[in-house]
Amino acid sequence: MASELDIFVGNTTLIDEDVYRLWLDGYSVSDAVALRVRSGILEQTGATAAVLQSDTMDHYRTFQMLERLLHAPPKLLHQLIFQIPPSRQALLIERYYTFDEAFVREVLGKKLSKGTKKDLDDISTKTGITLKSCRRQFDNFKRVFKVVEEMRGSLVDNIQQHFLLSDRLARDYAAIVFFANNRFETGKKKLQYLSFGDFAFCAELMIQNWTLGAVGEAPTEPDSQVDDMDMDLDKEFLQDLKELKVLVADKDLLDLHKSLVCTALRGKLGVFSEMEANFKNLSRGLVNVAAKLTHNKDVRDLFVDLVEKFLEPCRSDHWPLSDVRLFLNQYSASVHSLDGFRYQALWDRYMGTLRGCLLRLYHD
Amino acid sequence: MPGKLKVKIVAGRHLPVMDRASDLTDAFVEVKFGNTTFKTDVYHKSLNPQWNSEWFKFEVDDEDLQDEPLQITVLDHDTYSANDAIGKVYIDIDPLLYSEAATVISGWFPIYDTIHGIRGEINVVVKVDLFNDLNRFRQSSCGVKFFCTTSIPKCYKAVIIHGFVEELVVNEDPEYQWIDRIRTPRASNEARQRLISLMSGELQRKIGLKVLEMRGNAVVGYLQCFDLEGESGLVVRAIGTACTLDKLSSPAAFLPACNSPSKEIKEIPFNEDPNPNTHSSGPSTPLKNQTYSFSPSKSYSRQSSSSDTDLSLTPKTAPYPQGPRSYLCPTSPPLSCGSLHLKKSCLLLSESSLTPHHSSLVSPVLRKSVSFSEELFLAASGMGSGSAGKEGGPFKALLRQQTQSALEQREFPFFTLTAFPPGFLVHVGGVVSARSVKLLDRIHNPDEPETRDAWWAEIRQEIKSHAKALGCHAVVGYSESTSICEEVCILSASGTAAVLNPRFLQDGTVEGCLEQRLEENLPAGCGFCHIPYDELNMPFPAHLTYCYNCRKQKVPDVLFTTIDLPMDATVIGKGCLIQARLCRLKKKAQAEANATAISNLLPFMEYEVHTQLMNKLKLKGMNALFGLRIQISVGENMLMGLASATGVYLAALPTPGGIQIAGKTPNDGSYEQHISHMQKKINDTIAKNKELYEINPPEISEEIIGSPIPEPRQRSRLLRSQSESSDEVTELDLSHGKKDAFVLEIDDTDAMEDVHSLLTDVPPPSGFYSCNTEIMPGINNWTSEIQMFTSVRVIRLSSLNLTNQALNKNFNDLCENLLKSLYFKLRSMIPCCLCHVNFTVSLPEDELIQVTVTAVAITFDKNQALQTTKTHVEKSLQRASTDNEELLQFPLELCSDSLPPHPFPPAKEHLESASSNSGIPAAQRATSVDYSSFADRCSSWIELIKLKAQTIRRGSIKTTVTVEKASPMGEGNFRNRSTPSCANSTVGVVKMTPLSFIPGAKITKYLGIINMFFIRETTSLREEGGVSGFLHAFIAEVFAMVRAHVAALGGNAVVSYIMKQCVFMENPNKNQAQCLINVSGDAVVFVRESELEVISTQQPAANCQPACTGGEVTT
Repeated sequence: MASELDIFVGNTTLIDEDVYRLWLDGYSVSDAVALRVRSGILEQTGATAAVLQSDTMDHYRTFQMLERLLHAPPKLLHQLIFQIPPSRQALLIERYYTFDEAFVREVLGKKLSKGTKKDLDDISTKTGITLKSCRRQFDNFKRVFKVVEEMRGSLVDNIQQHFLLSDRLARDYAAIVFFANNRFETGKKKLQYLSFGDFAFCAELMIQNWTLGAVGEAPTEPDSQVDDMDMDLDKEFLQDLKELKVLVADKDLLDLHKSLVCTALRGKLGVFSEMEANFKNLSRGLVNVAAKLTHNKDVRDLFVDLVEKFLEPCRSDHWPLSDVRLFLNQYSASVHSLDGFRYQALWDRYMGTLRGCLLRLYHD
Repeated sequence: MPGKLKVKIVAGRHLPVMDRASDLTDAFVEVKFGNTTFKTDVYHKSLNPQWNSEWFKFEVDDEDLQDEPLQITVLDHDTYSANDAIGKVYIDIDPLLYSEAATVISGWFPIYDTIHGIRGEINVVVKVDLFNDLNRFRQSSCGVKFFCTTSIPKCYKAVIIHGFVEELVVNEDPEYQWIDRIRTPRASNEARQRLISLMSGELQRKIGLKVLEMRGNAVVGYLQCFDLEGESGLVVRAIGTACTLDKLSSPAAFLPACNSPSKEIKEIPFNEDPNPNTHSSGPSTPLKNQTYSFSPSKSYSRQSSSSDTDLSLTPKTAPYPQGPRSYLCPTSPPLSCGSLHLKKSCLLLSESSLTPHHSSLVSPVLRKSVSFSEELFLAASGMGSGSAGKEGGPFKALLRQQTQSALEQREFPFFTLTAFPPGFLVHVGGVVSARSVKLLDRIHNPDEPETRDAWWAEIRQEIKSHAKALGCHAVVGYSESTSICEEVCILSASGTAAVLNPRFLQDGTVEGCLEQRLEENLPAGCGFCHIPYDELNMPFPAHLTYCYNCRKQKVPDVLFTTIDLPMDATVIGKGCLIQARLCRLKKKAQAEANATAISNLLPFMEYEVHTQLMNKLKLKGMNALFGLRIQISVGENMLMGLASATGVYLAALPTPGGIQIAGKTPNDGSYEQHISHMQKKINDTIAKNKELYEINPPEISEEIIGSPIPEPRQRSRLLRSQSESSDEVTELDLSHGKKDAFVLEIDDTDAMEDVHSLLTDVPPPSGFYSCNTEIMPGINNWTSEIQMFTSVRVIRLSSLNLTNQALNKNFNDLCENLLKSLYFKLRSMIPCCLCHVNFTVSLPEDELIQVTVTAVAITFDKNQALQTTKTHVEKSLQRASTDNEELLQFPLELCSDSLPPHPFPPAKEHLESASSNSGIPAAQRATSVDYSSFADRCSSWIELIKLKAQTIRRGSIKTTVTVEKASPMGEGNFRNRSTPSCANSTVGVVKMTPLSFIPGAKITKYLGIINMFFIRETTSLREEGGVSGFLHAFIAEVFAMVRAHVAALGGNAVVSYIMKQCVFMENPNKNQAQCLINVSGDAVVFVRESELEVISTQQPAANCQPACTGGEVTT
């Protein structure tokens, strides 16, 4: 006696959060049933394994039918087939677009292409996340990317509007899209200690300050080619960054800068001597990073460079975070006192963001 | 041209991509009604087209308005090849045809394709301008309201409950026409959907006509079913209860299209018996539905004059030429009080009994004879029911006689209602049911479906006679069903024999106060339990005792009914769902032999089912079943029986005895031990159940009750077989305490199985209750959360284990597991109750069993549950006080209404008025009509109607009856209902429930009936997730379409929702499946009670009188 057909359809679609999670995590029905059994639900409810199996199947079927709608969340709101209370709809969407930290670290900054998709097998083995779940997460990234890629206006707003995500999640997606678009390298071994949150923080700062959108209502001419204002770095800005080179190229300027910083920080810094000794190296590192950003290749290596040129030296000298903060503040501010330096605004735009990023990235 | 239909196509959204190249669609819309088609412009390259069309106007007969659905087809324009259909929307515009309902249909409808399912949505606005039509020969019945609800709808009051209406329409099934071989599945499905839509429209219109003839204005408990007879055709049939309803808030307001008939009748009492004495035993009451109102004056409104005859009778009264076959008609005995006398001779030719009855109806002269004046009648009946068994005896008899004869005058004194206005139901006899096995053959002439009519007439006749045998003159909670397998068809009908209060069946009784008064006289909460039959001449062996409540009347030991628990019934503890499940193997056979085999099996199945029900009821420690529904389904090689009911403990009935197990071989020691072990288990279960359902009846000492009525012990009926109940049985100690114990004799493995199966039924987990009635006895503090659901399971039996026992076990497991799954799924709603649990079983193929369940889970407040017993008393007190207010209120209304001389006098005058029935009040006589003058007119009328009736039949689908030109209509008659709508296009929540109410809310408006039929087919079953995926999606789509229609009507809920059919066929080898679903319900607007409080401050108190059944549950 086998159940040929077994369905349950409610006027209000029943959503079991636990089963939804299992489904999102990519477990097969039998695995999900096994996991549910292990959770002790049978004892709690007095149900049998067969009941659990049938229940799980039902939910899985429902989720499969909902998945099509979840790909375009506004559709879920307007569709008529499933009657779901708004709070549940929000939960469905939010959970569907939620991703695993471990997974996102693997694909962050990678091109969201078929090639990457092929690597999902490896990612799955490496992270222990089921391939199915990896696929869903990857497809989510790609889908969001595709939708907002060509859009004007704020990246976060666009994502929120088209995917109805919470503010937090929309920001995360903005970071993912931004990283994918600029292909920042995040997978190097040196960068492994960094969390997605670190990168997302940086992405937000960069979006706010370094993109075209950041300049305010920049392109007034409607036919300008800059559609994706929030996703691409401001090319002009990157070009201009070359001008900062003078800070390290001009020996006088560099010495003056150093003396200004040292004077201000003397006695305030625990690692003053190390700083003093390393100042030129650090400054050269930071400025060179800026100067190189005209090349796409170097843009991609931004984080690698920051770690190599600044964070690692500091860490090897055991700078406390407070000292790094003091140093960077002083380092940025002192430039204003350099009379011969003409690019104050440019410097602020660059250093303001970079300072925030560096402080966030400076940890173990 | 009495109506103008206006349609506007606004926009579409989420359309499917029809052009792969552009990933877009060039959509346009065809709007079709009847033979007229309009098209919108093509909206190029969009998945969200904005057509914003002009108003498409159709000028049509109101007859067509009723029959035809509005057909909207969305297509993809293709320059080079044929346009591709995206999908269709059928809109039933019937709700727009009567006032009080919807005025506009406006909203987003899912675009449905029978192959692809829902493909996007379309926004449509539909309006109807209806002109008043004075044509007396009209074929339409616009204005008659239809309700699926099987009780008087909330916010209405029943002025008169006229009685049974039925109709059936037959056609060839498009699926079986030759053309089906060459057309696409889509075309075939659409042809079928359209045909059924047309047929149900026609059916509804015809029923409506009958209602108008009865001078009613509504059909309550409307149940429409399809019989897919395959080769032999398609039958759409419907039954219902004709009523005259009155809106509660405005008692005087009748439908504009249907002027109050009662007024005219009051003016001219056209029916009067010249000599009531001679007729005192004969037909007595003036019954609207059966009496011809030979209107002598032209001043009558169209309705009254055109409803001069009972159309339903005429075509059927002609004795049918009997076919060559002899009908096999196994009759089930009246299944009442649990006692069963198995009729071995189950072949019964019932035609002979039909003919005289019919012929009596043909004659209008007979029906003219009418007797008592209104007051007299009321007096007699009021007295009779009020009499508590002693001095009232003769009056009671009189009442019975009168109501009985009144009802006898009707062809079928049946009522599809399951809940009644207070005081309507006087006594309940028990369940009556009849089944008949028929061989289907091609319906040669679809326009004359006499055979099908005759089949049902036979069955109904049988039901009627069963009811009579129980001393009852009416059948309530009546329903009909069929089960078809190949060319064999089982027709079933069942109901509850009852004695009714004639007040509601009568004209001119607007006074609700009378019934209230009556109620005061009735013993509270037990009257309906009292036996209606003569205890000395009982139709079947039963064990009578004095009522445990009033101690005056006799009650049976067990009561089975098909109705809901009456509101005033005193129940101890809670109720529970009780099911009997049974399978019987049957040899595969052809035609006649097959029918005979089935007929032979049926009585045994009925017997078994009842034994099971009885055993389970006793095991639960309860003594009455409500909402009993026994379904017998026929398959190729087996029969299935599934009975569902809600068991309760009625305080008026005696405590049920226990179950005793008797062994066959007393000398075997181990066997003995086994028996006693079983006995202990059973006793434990009973004790446990009593605790679970909180059944603790007060102890009553023997003296008060009095000794049981002496009667021959009917032990033998309790045994499995009479032949085996020899001496040894009588040696057993049958008395279980003072009560008669139920004996289960274990003489073979079969019986063993039975006992086992008794014990395998697991009670629902704690916090869960279930019942198949509207209201769960013992719970009345519902909270607002409801969840309606449908669950379908199909199991495949392995052909190896096809024995009766294995089958039974499989079936039992299937149902039990299904219930368990439901409890598990709905666990988040605990504490909750599954209400209106409706199981249907079918055998779609050789080794497949399909079980479909629809029910609603309602949460309740556990904390308040404890207080209910206390508040119950308070409530009844409250009600009594409101009753008094009404008493004051009503006479005033009556006077202003110029009703009969004086409102019903208080109880003291009963005797006087009753005794005066020998003389006719002078006033009545004065207004009597000259019969001879219109007797002729009458007969000519009949001829005319007969002719017309035939025309209708002939034009079964395309009714092309020439209608006499309507009298010129003035502008004043023009009725424009179009009001600017501000329908919200956002997806609002639409609740669905099989119940007639929504907990915690008040229904403020009924928008019309929802009756939808869908076919879904796939040729890519695997791709759609297999059978489960396919059906899951389909049912979800059906719900969506129902919700969309309700929302478009401006409603926010469907009540009395029912999935009447879910026919699923699969062919996995071909990767194909097909499913047909038919659903119906009432679209309503409800207001949450919390919100209502704000609104209702200015509303009159009359609005919330407790007259509406179930009102107390919602409050």
